[in-house]
Amino acid sequence: MEVFLQQLINGITLGSIYGLIAIGYTMVFGIIGMVNFSHGDVFMTSAFIALIFLLVLTTVFGMTSMILALIIVMVIAMVLTSLLSWAIERIAYRPLRGSFRLAPLISAIGMSIVLSNFVQVAQGPRNKPIPPMFSGGVTVMDSNNFAVTLSYKQIMIWVVTAVLLAAFWYIVQKTSLGRAQRACEQDRKMAALLGVNVDRTISLTFVMGAALAAVAGTLYLSYYGVVNFSDGFVPGVKAFTAAVLGGIGSLPGAVIGGLLIGLIETFWSGYFSIDYKDVAAFSILAIVLIFMPQGLLGRPEVEKV
Amino acid sequence: MAAEGTANKHGPDIAAAVKDALLSGLVALALFGPLVGLRTEQNIRNELAIQQRWGLVAAIVGTIVVGRFLLLTLVWPAMAARKQHQSTIPDTGPSTLRQAVSRWFAPASVVFLFLYPVLIVSALGFQGSLKWVDNFGIQILIYVMLGWGLNIVVGLAGLLDLGYVAFYAVGAYSYALLSSHFGLSFWILLPMAGIFAALWGIMLGFPVLRLRGDYLAIVTLAFGEIIRLVLINWRDFTNGSTGISSIPKVTLFGIKFDASPDGFAKMFDLPISSAYYKIFLYYLILLLALLTAFVTIRLRKLPVGRAWEALREDEIACRSLGINTTNTKLTAFALGAMFAGFAGSFFAARQGFVSPESFTFMESAIIVAIVVLGGMGSMVGVALAAVAMIGGTELLRELDFLKTIFGDNFDPSQFRMLIFGLAMVAVMIWKPRGFVSSRDPTIFLSEKKVISGSLVKEGHG
Amino acid sequence: MVDLPSNETAPAHPWENSPVLAVEHVFMRFGGLVAVNDLSFSVGRGDITALIGPNGAGKTTVFNCITGFYKPTQGMLRLEHASGATFLLERMPDFRISAKAKVARTFQNIRLFSGMTLLENLLVAQHNTLMLASGMTILGVLGLPAYRNAEKKAVERAKYWLDKTGLTARADDPAGDLPYGAQRRLEIARAMCTEPELLCLDEPAAGLNPRESAELNALLLGIRETEKTSILLIEHDMSVVMEISDHVIVLEYGTKIADGTPSEVRNDPRVIAAYLGVDDEEVEIVEEKLDQIIEGAAS
Repeated sequence: MEVFLQQLINGITLGSIYGLIAIGYTMVFGIIGMVNFSHGDVFMTSAFIALIFLLVLTTVFGMTSMILALIIVMVIAMVLTSLLSWAIERIAYRPLRGSFRLAPLISAIGMSIVLSNFVQVAQGPRNKPIPPMFSGGVTVMDSNNFAVTLSYKQIMIWVVTAVLLAAFWYIVQKTSLGRAQRACEQDRKMAALLGVNVDRTISLTFVMGAALAAVAGTLYLSYYGVVNFSDGFVPGVKAFTAAVLGGIGSLPGAVIGGLLIGLIETFWSGYFSIDYKDVAAFSILAIVLIFMPQGLLGRPEVEKV
Repeated sequence: MAAEGTANKHGPDIAAAVKDALLSGLVALALFGPLVGLRTEQNIRNELAIQQRWGLVAAIVGTIVVGRFLLLTLVWPAMAARKQHQSTIPDTGPSTLRQAVSRWFAPASVVFLFLYPVLIVSALGFQGSLKWVDNFGIQILIYVMLGWGLNIVVGLAGLLDLGYVAFYAVGAYSYALLSSHFGLSFWILLPMAGIFAALWGIMLGFPVLRLRGDYLAIVTLAFGEIIRLVLINWRDFTNGSTGISSIPKVTLFGIKFDASPDGFAKMFDLPISSAYYKIFLYYLILLLALLTAFVTIRLRKLPVGRAWEALREDEIACRSLGINTTNTKLTAFALGAMFAGFAGSFFAARQGFVSPESFTFMESAIIVAIVVLGGMGSMVGVALAAVAMIGGTELLRELDFLKTIFGDNFDPSQFRMLIFGLAMVAVMIWKPRGFVSSRDPTIFLSEKKVISGSLVKEGHG
Repeated sequence: MVDLPSNETAPAHPWENSPVLAVEHVFMRFGGLVAVNDLSFSVGRGDITALIGPNGAGKTTVFNCITGFYKPTQGMLRLEHASGATFLLERMPDFRISAKAKVARTFQNIRLFSGMTLLENLLVAQHNTLMLASGMTILGVLGLPAYRNAEKKAVERAKYWLDKTGLTARADDPAGDLPYGAQRRLEIARAMCTEPELLCLDEPAAGLNPRESAELNALLLGIRETEKTSILLIEHDMSVVMEISDHVIVLEYGTKIADGTPSEVRNDPRVIAAYLGVDDEEVEIVEEKLDQIIEGAAS
């Protein structure tokens, strides 16, 4: 029971991070039908941006309040990562819109290679550890040999994720931007004819996905306390799995899928073997795509003859 | 931004271009400023500290501003003008010169490839030839073969496979394990590795080939990663991430390429050198690659090959014509896997060592990039792309003179993959259909006409 | 069974005797939507049978059920060859329906292999024959003469159909370069290269000009005459339907509302009602008929 509860807490934490990344995949897929392969590396880059500014704030400016530092860092990371994603869309994807179907995918894979290798060259190939930001936590349950703790870091991740998802949900459901996005999703040509600025809407979709990925990146950094240039690929694939599991194109699906993947991963590591935890994630991806390609909350696709 | 559209009408709009270039510089400054200008380094106490490099940032941002400005004022207007110029000339079909080039290019290249080691050895001697035969010749030919193998799956059948490297791994491990444990020779294991890989192709292909679009790509990626992770974690069988070393070398009719008394060098009274083995390996991979090409060219003219291409064009129409699309896809998948298996066993024999490190997703991405950059379905295009991408990035290792400019810590080879990625993006934007996009018909009644790439579909699987 | 007043009084129709295709009580549901509702009809051997009805009546869905792209929710589709071999189409996967039951089809939005030449398109249609001749590829790779002869034969057949459809001059051009009307003809030629017992055409005259439409009629009549292939077609163009078909079935909202010879169907008040206010051309026809009926009732 104690182990179960602890894994549940860890799984929700991990799942929140996956969910935040998954939204970027699912929104871009929804609006232009493209697997944004570089999104995982955008997430990794955002973690590096957070790392750099955290160091600047703590070592150069001598800031001591960790919470304030984290908030500032998160905002900077969101802004810069959005800018990065905007620039990538502008340079590597927009010229290919409406062309050969594989071209944007290859371009995205190229961008993913560029980002991870750029960060490797610019920041060095070694792991980047930071000193722990918050320690301590709440002991939820304490039996003789096992204490279930909910650390402050985990509480912070839950709170930040919940707040940002609420804000994001508001934008997508209640604003004209969200309406334009849904219109472009349905029929891009028609939306353009009705005066929706399609290019701008698509750009903003990338920007929103990147901003949430930046939040995930900052949280990832503060949770694990270490980041490496190669950290984009695996979380990226897992977040994509989450998006597929939830039903690609569906926003609540991405969050639910993220939580499920996080839980499956922690329970798998906790009860079976930590070696094969990535195998579990990839297997789920394959199984879901083969047997349930519409995911949990997606719409089934009818073959048009 | 807006300058792209207006520039070509009234000549370059300098003011707009300046504004645009400065804006690009601003974006570049915001992005490169922290990531390049503030390098995080571990100090003696193992704490991260910031190292400032603003000169480098200034250089990068300056290059981007100037580059963007030149792009807007010179390059794009010139390209637009050329395009307009081209479209006004009536299309008279390819010129005789171009026809002659495309007719003779492939056979001439094959002849050149057979002469290549001879030329290198006569120019640089046996020892000097090592690098050129091994790092360039063999390395590029492996990717040519992999590209041609994957071309069957992606280029002809239109099925996007992002886990192709898994079959390469199956081939490599088949050879590594069976030769180390049972001492079987390369010549027995080469076909076996191909068959194993093909069986894996059928096994993995069967459940996934009914998926459409990017989903197939993602599932194949997942399978590729699963196989790699199993290779890492199944330590008893694969020796985990340490890999398998001292894999036996290839022999030629029982002749070993080593310093032993009955080895190749002693036999022919030559000085001991590893160059003979490399040259032998070069011809081996050349023949394997040409076998791939031969089979593919042959199959394209057979019903199965036409069915692959028809499948790429329109799967539903194929089904309406009585073609068993599942079997047709499986044959493409299995055949592509088989060639990867051959290449894999060659790779293991050449390296003498295999580990899961060699079979990452990045390898699959490189092979897919070669196929797409080359132009899907075009054998010549794929070979050219392999030469450009692999040869080009190998060349970076040779640019030691850059050290004199950038200092001794500068290692050009660390930019290999960065440049590879940039080249992928650039080629896609420049030629979304790859170097050679046109398609050769497989049969004709009266006249063979090359089909424009704009009509050829790319498949949806 | 749907009540069919036009059939009660009419004499037994020839297509009821040993039809090439018998559709019996077929239902097709998509979720809550009933696209085809208890449909039964017969396609006479050697006939040109037309399936007509307003947009959304479920005609293409019926085609997709016949050719296996959809599995009917319920019902039976029995196909009988001239040789007496029978096939239950609802139990067969799509490619087998073409390969074994010999049902070929064309598509409403043309589906050619646009990056392949006309000749290649017609060779792909003969895939199964050629595949056998190539010894499932193995003999073909070795370049044995048996395969070369089979390919020669296949090319001859392709030439025959290119000639019939007036496309010989463009045999080596990519299919995607053809004008619209020629693409429609090529699609028919491609379907005929599979040597079908039943040819299903989904709106073959859509988008054709009057001259092309007349050529199409001639082509279809020629196919019936020389190949003895039965034809089932969906059509909006009433001139095609009335001119060449032997038998017309009218659908509305997935239900059959009339079934008979063209002259029987055109006088059916239910058909007239269904067609009122549908298409401009058709309204004219219907109004004419209405006038006739009113006159008939008055006298």
